[in-house]
Amino acid sequence: MNVLWYLIPISLALGGLALALFFWALKSGQYEDVSGAAERILNEDDRPL
Amino acid sequence: MTAASAPARLSTDELLLASRVIDTDLRQTDLAVPGISCGGCIRKIEASLGDLPGVARARVNLSTKRVAVDWRESAGPPPLGEALSKLGYEAYLHEAREDAKDPQLGRLIRALAVAGFASMNIMGLSVSVWSGAAGETRDLFHWLSAAIALPTLAYSGRVFFQSAWRALRHGQTNMDVPISIGVLLAFAMSLYDTIHHQPHAYFDAAVSLLFFLLIGRTLDHVMREKARAAVTGLGRLAAYGATVVTPDDERTYLPTTELEPGMTILLRAGDRVPVDSVVLDGASDIDASLATGESMPEPVIPGSGLRAGTLNLTGALTIRATSAAQDSFLAEMVRLMEAAEGGRSHYRRIADRAARLYAPVVHSAALLSFLGWMLATGDWHRALTIAVAVLIITCPCALGLAVPMVQVVAARRLFEHGVMVKDGSAMERLVEIDTIVLDKTGTLTMGRPSLRRDVAGDEAWLAIAAKIGAHSHHPYAQALAAATAPADIAFDTITEHAGLGLEARIGRDVWRLGRDEWALGEEASSPGGTVLACNGKLAQAFAFEDTLRPGTVAAVAALRDRGYMLEIISGDTADAVTPVAAELRIDLAKAGLLPTEKTAHLASLASAGRKTLMVGDGLNDAPALVAAHVSIAPGSAADVGRQAADFVFLRSDLGSVPFTIATAIAADRLIRQNFGLAALYNVVALPIAIAGYVTPLVAALAMSGSSILVVANALRLGPRVTSRRRAPEKTDMTATSPLRESAA
Repeated sequence: MNVLWYLIPISLALGGLALALFFWALKSGQYEDVSGAAERILNEDDRPL
Repeated sequence: MTAASAPARLSTDELLLASRVIDTDLRQTDLAVPGISCGGCIRKIEASLGDLPGVARARVNLSTKRVAVDWRESAGPPPLGEALSKLGYEAYLHEAREDAKDPQLGRLIRALAVAGFASMNIMGLSVSVWSGAAGETRDLFHWLSAAIALPTLAYSGRVFFQSAWRALRHGQTNMDVPISIGVLLAFAMSLYDTIHHQPHAYFDAAVSLLFFLLIGRTLDHVMREKARAAVTGLGRLAAYGATVVTPDDERTYLPTTELEPGMTILLRAGDRVPVDSVVLDGASDIDASLATGESMPEPVIPGSGLRAGTLNLTGALTIRATSAAQDSFLAEMVRLMEAAEGGRSHYRRIADRAARLYAPVVHSAALLSFLGWMLATGDWHRALTIAVAVLIITCPCALGLAVPMVQVVAARRLFEHGVMVKDGSAMERLVEIDTIVLDKTGTLTMGRPSLRRDVAGDEAWLAIAAKIGAHSHHPYAQALAAATAPADIAFDTITEHAGLGLEARIGRDVWRLGRDEWALGEEASSPGGTVLACNGKLAQAFAFEDTLRPGTVAAVAALRDRGYMLEIISGDTADAVTPVAAELRIDLAKAGLLPTEKTAHLASLASAGRKTLMVGDGLNDAPALVAAHVSIAPGSAADVGRQAADFVFLRSDLGSVPFTIATAIAADRLIRQNFGLAALYNVVALPIAIAGYVTPLVAALAMSGSSILVVANALRLGPRVTSRRRAPEKTDMTATSPLRESAA
């Protein structure tokens, strides 16, 4: 029974963290161009940044 | 058709006007580039634009087929149009305000994420309760569930509560009303039970209901957003501005809205006429096919009137504005569109009609079971629990998904065939139609001339004409250039005489391709015809016609077989309309209609009780597209029309129209099946709920089961092609879009 007192908060916190990360990713524009991102990884970036 | 011969389209003035400031000395321009289709394009475009002087950053978005370019203001607008056309892409300016991101989509996705998180956690807690947690542990789990569910309802449930409240305030019901009542009552009841240490709580049902419904809603929205992005990304008819000659002979570039009657304007070849005006100086040909539906280019000389939105083809003109932008032809069409009483405004969505039948039945069943149990047992708590169980078990999880799931799958299938759907109600309305009204120029036909082979004569002459014709933007010249491989002759010079034709010199020979009386002098026999002449002697006369779109005959036959009444209404002359109507065996054909007459005709059809599908592309069709019950426009249509239409097809084949109708009918059948399944489910579940046997576990199983059933049924409509990589579709956007001539 006692185990619940820390396991449940941990599980909720982990879930909440995932949710917060998703919101952050959404806000920082990572879903703006989903199909472009899939193709970009194949591009050889030979230009110096 | 070489890129080098293209006039500078995206002029520096236009770029400056359509860009927005993002930082000190940094401006951003958005370009729509419909040709972007693969990873290779990304690199090519970003590399070449990034190397232009003054460009700070170029970023391609493959999903929306747009390029955002940041450039330094001090260096001046970079030559983006030229750079892209050198790579073989056409680019259209995209105004910053058109690009405003849809806030609704972001809200839906966030609501969905919160509901997903909450329903997973609550379901986990509920499973523990079902598998035997009791006493204090169970109460703890219930309290935790309530603590998660309350903010979720407040955040994710808003979507439904707001819409339900809007409907109720107007004295109507929609699907969101029973959803909201069910969810809120379930939560309130469960909270009460939790406080009183009761064994059953429905937090999981309330939250997972929201989650399921939000999935349907979000998918629906994503699909529409995709269509919107694809449709707004094409070219536009209105000029951004024009070069004005001031009284003290200076040249300034003014936005179209600031043009006033009496101003003198310089119009380059390839420019669209910004406002209604009259020609002062110069000669050229005017393409009015997108504006008024006249298929053949019109020559203009000083004194000719010009309409806003038409395209100046061959020569530079000096014109005087006769009306301001807000009084021009283009603005007049927009006003007519706003005034047109859309048939769609009276349309009620099928889901809302179902809700109107369904909500009273469910709510009275819940009320009756409450009263019945109250009378039978006198235990108001038990009676209320059962009433809530009735509401939840019948709460239209399946019903809420029944329509959007099918429409999303249907929209996806249409999307893969190059048809964009603006919204789901369009598909429902398309099923009701009994009359189809077609425009001619640009809809049944390609909207540009092609060579008549039967009178083209000798192939050798044709090859010479093709060689010369490639040097002009005139549609006739382009038709000749496209007709055959050019002759292998190196002319010394080829010059274009605006409004007359082309002159090519080799040695002492002078070849002329163009207007009959100009090329042949006194020998001219058929004024107005197009001929190829060598030193004033006729070599070959050519004739042109506006050819039918591919698949038109088959498409029209298919539509007739389905029993639809077919009509043609065109702004073109009777001479041009009659042969097309005869070839397609359409008896009802009206020619020479003004835009107001087209709208009036659709209104009279509507008042006769007919549900009309309007298929049209021109600016003059746009008000009619709004007035019709449902409308389809080709991707080559004028921008105003494309935005007014419910569907836009990007392939050049008119077969898209019967395909769209067939898909809508198939979707309608599946929607009705889904309603049948949901009703069947309710017939089984309702007595169990009324009898009081529904525990939260049963409710969860029943709801998920019926939802999965409905979704699986919707997926039967899915595309047969399952491979992710398909060959890029050949579309006619690039071929006949408003700016085609400029990059040709």
